[in-house]
Amino acid sequence: MSSIEDRVKKIVVEQLGVEEAQVTSDASFIDDLGADSLDTVELVMALEEEFDCEIPDEEAEKIATLAQAVAYINANME
Amino acid sequence: MLTGKIALVTGASRGIGKAIALDLVANGAVVIGTATSESGAQAITDYIAAAGGKGKGMALNVIDPEQIASVMSAMTAEFGAPTILVNNAGITRDNLLMRMKDDEWDDIIQTNLSSVYRMSKACVRGMMKAKQGRIINIASVVGVMGNAGQTNYAAAKAGIIGFAKSLAREVGSRGITVNTVAPGFIDTDMTRNLPDEQRVALTQQIPLSRLGAPEDIAKAVTFLASDGGAYITGQTINVNGGMVMV
Repeated sequence: MSSIEDRVKKIVVEQLGVEEAQVTSDASFIDDLGADSLDTVELVMALEEEFDCEIPDEEAEKIATLAQAVAYINANME
Repeated sequence: MLTGKIALVTGASRGIGKAIALDLVANGAVVIGTATSESGAQAITDYIAAAGGKGKGMALNVIDPEQIASVMSAMTAEFGAPTILVNNAGITRDNLLMRMKDDEWDDIIQTNLSSVYRMSKACVRGMMKAKQGRIINIASVVGVMGNAGQTNYAAAKAGIIGFAKSLAREVGSRGITVNTVAPGFIDTDMTRNLPDEQRVALTQQIPLSRLGAPEDIAKAVTFLASDGGAYITGQTINVNGGMVMV
């Protein structure tokens, strides 16, 4: 079973069409990985699907990096 | 042409919405039509079955967010998420501005404009996942040219056109198109309420010298929903017999 970080990273790579090496913990999806605002909405949708949860809009807006996504999932999953 | 596509049509129990639902069904789509009452929903189920098509009617008041959520989850569970949304539901509450009541204004904005926002928001997620989608709004020639006694209706219908243009820009990169069909005067219950002399006067302003049929609108909607409409987005298709040319 892969770690939460690996699962999130895989989604970021797929959704944003970037190389895995670019997806460092603190790389900003928008500033560093070239995502636009619609990409970040889709990314959150993909995370919700992968982890079978619902991320409220006000929380989703705070998820701008891999580390923040992983922290959110860790804090809100069993 | 639309075989297996899931289409959601609001306000489908009669008039233009019914013609749209039937034309989509005739082209192979699975159609879920909504009506405000259970009897309206049953009527939709019946005419789809009579046409030998797939789909059903569901009761939905388009101004109620909770009902929208429950209809969306019920339809997604039974048929799948829609990739075609036709925002057709609409009402009139005509009055001169100086006599207009706040509730006449608010009802029209809620039912004719806010519903388009709510329904589109509810459906666009599934369309983004599917990387395809067609949102088709039914506005009105009145939203384009204005009409005395319909400040509320014209504002809502013009609002739909601006909404469609903006959403088209937001989601175009995901293969989703958003367009508006603006019917002229169509022979439905809504226009049958007009006085005879007004109907005659109207006809004289229409180069094709007749009121439109609901099917005239339905054909334009089906075209936009089909592969033929793939490269059309953010547009307003005026189907009005030439009454207004823009």
